[in-house]
Amino acid sequence: MLNVKDLHTFYGKIEALKGISVEVNEGEIVTLIGANGAGKSTTLKTVSGQIAPRNGSIEFLGQQIAGMPSHQVTAKRVIQVPEGRRIFAQMTVRENLEMGAFLRTDKEEIAADLERVLELFPRLSERLAQKGGTLSGGEQQMLAIARGMMARPQLLMLDEPSMGLAPVIVEVIFETIKKLNKDGTTILLVEQNAAMALQVAHRGYVLETGSVALQGTGQELLRNERVRKTYLGEL
Amino acid sequence: MGAVRNGLVAVNDFFSTRPGRIGFFFVLALITLFLPVFFQAAGNVFMVRIFALVGIYVLLALGLNIVVGYAGLLNLGYIAFYAVGAYAGMNLGFLMQELLVGLGFLGERPENWSYWVLLPFAAVPGVLAGIMIGAPVLRLRGDYLAIVTLGFGEIVRIAITNDIAGITNGASGLPGVGQSVAPVAGQMWVRENLSFGNFLFSKDLYWYYIIVALVLFAIFVITRLDNSRLGRAWVAMREDEVAASSVGVNILTTKLWAFALGAAWGGIAGHTYAYWVGFISPESFNFMESVLVVCMVVLGGMGSIPGTILGAVIITAAPEIIRVAATSPVFAGFLTPEQAALVGDYRFLIFGGLMVVMMALRPQGILPSKRRARELHPIDDTILAQENQQLWEAEHKHESDSDLL
Repeated sequence: MLNVKDLHTFYGKIEALKGISVEVNEGEIVTLIGANGAGKSTTLKTVSGQIAPRNGSIEFLGQQIAGMPSHQVTAKRVIQVPEGRRIFAQMTVRENLEMGAFLRTDKEEIAADLERVLELFPRLSERLAQKGGTLSGGEQQMLAIARGMMARPQLLMLDEPSMGLAPVIVEVIFETIKKLNKDGTTILLVEQNAAMALQVAHRGYVLETGSVALQGTGQELLRNERVRKTYLGEL
Repeated sequence: MGAVRNGLVAVNDFFSTRPGRIGFFFVLALITLFLPVFFQAAGNVFMVRIFALVGIYVLLALGLNIVVGYAGLLNLGYIAFYAVGAYAGMNLGFLMQELLVGLGFLGERPENWSYWVLLPFAAVPGVLAGIMIGAPVLRLRGDYLAIVTLGFGEIVRIAITNDIAGITNGASGLPGVGQSVAPVAGQMWVRENLSFGNFLFSKDLYWYYIIVALVLFAIFVITRLDNSRLGRAWVAMREDEVAASSVGVNILTTKLWAFALGAAWGGIAGHTYAYWVGFISPESFNFMESVLVVCMVVLGGMGSIPGTILGAVIITAAPEIIRVAATSPVFAGFLTPEQAALVGDYRFLIFGGLMVVMMALRPQGILPSKRRARELHPIDDTILAQENQQLWEAEHKHESDSDLL
């Protein structure tokens, strides 16, 4: 479905991605893990069009999307749930969700999807009229994912959904990710929390300083000696 | 303080009721429509002119409000669009007049139709200028954008002063020698047919009603905009550009629309001003004018149509009223005529002080839009307490839920 080949992305003179190749097949959860500065988020931002790559190709369903601006990538229903949630703090929860469906015009379907995401996150339905900024961190993350789902993503890209959340909430979020996947959404997940990410992911890539160091199924990587030492904190 | 506050609350409550609102708008409409007639009948043409001038500034402030209030882009060179509209309107008018005379369409008494014929297109020069300045600077934000627009405003003014295109007649303004703006069609008709006794349906009164109509039209269009998809895109973009683009908002075109639609009203206001006053020169379009229009929007309440109108009324009318008051017999004992004449020059000092006080006490403006008030003034104790309560509840909800996991 998504085929990233030999991606090079620069921040000024700094080469953040040094030829990364990642593949996501339909129906999968694929995770990118790695330390700070390994290029996980940069990969996601390059795919979503926030940063233009210098070299390389990003193919989505056979179409080249490398260098396309964000809103056009969104129009292809490749939806990014940005790092740090970035919900619209001054809009109500309902308005936030409606913004998620910004590019859609099928009113009835939007209403149906709204019901669906509220079923997924019952806590949000209690807070529909509340401003996004008054939600707790976990609720904001839920809102960010729900907003992404309102666009009916073909590919949902989550950038560090566990960041800054209490372990209980992280579990809720990962349960939801699994559920979304079971319901048919393909997911590309960037995570620092390698243990959690590898448990839910079908396949994973380990990034180190801008390149892919290891790849394999979630289980393989969980068992891998190097991964265990470096990312799962085992001695 | 308490009594004042209670009084204000009571007033607010009254206007929140349906009869209160209808009554308020009825009185407002009466004042808007008939007070200038009263002044005209009393022979006070000066006041009629001030009413019309207020209208022009309301139009400008409403236009700038699109850019500053809705899209959140600070534009310090807005008056340039006003200038472009004024000069384009006048020059095209001369061209049209020449063409008509050349073709022999005009009889002995030339009636000037240029204003009306050009009015539907009056927004075009403004929009073009808006796109011209907007397109290259859209990637800039905040202070940088403000500085670039300031520069643009100055470029336009200096270009006009130096007659760069050969159509502005430099510092001496338009119409130049050999050119003239004939009274606009309709103006003579109302003077001849709607005047009676001592009451003269003057040129200024005629223009006042045109301007009022334009303001109503602007309010209608801008309200529609605010509730449109584009309006929502502006709100989203103002809050968070990354998030907005991630839900599919095209940041570049959304900003460009704000610039172009804001500039459109500048162009229309300029066109109207040029034909009303019949004379334009670069002095009318200096930097202070831009600042004043920004002040109107900020003072009244960014993103709020009633607020913007109130801001424009206060800032345009206040100095004129101060000037009149200072020269009135009431102050004759305190001020010599020379001093009284200078009072008007202190208006910028007064506005500056007013702005400082505003920013400290009520940064959201006098009549803010609800959303903008939340963005700009979250340090409201009741709101804050409510938020803390909600946050506390939200956090503790997790704790109670966690037993279930």
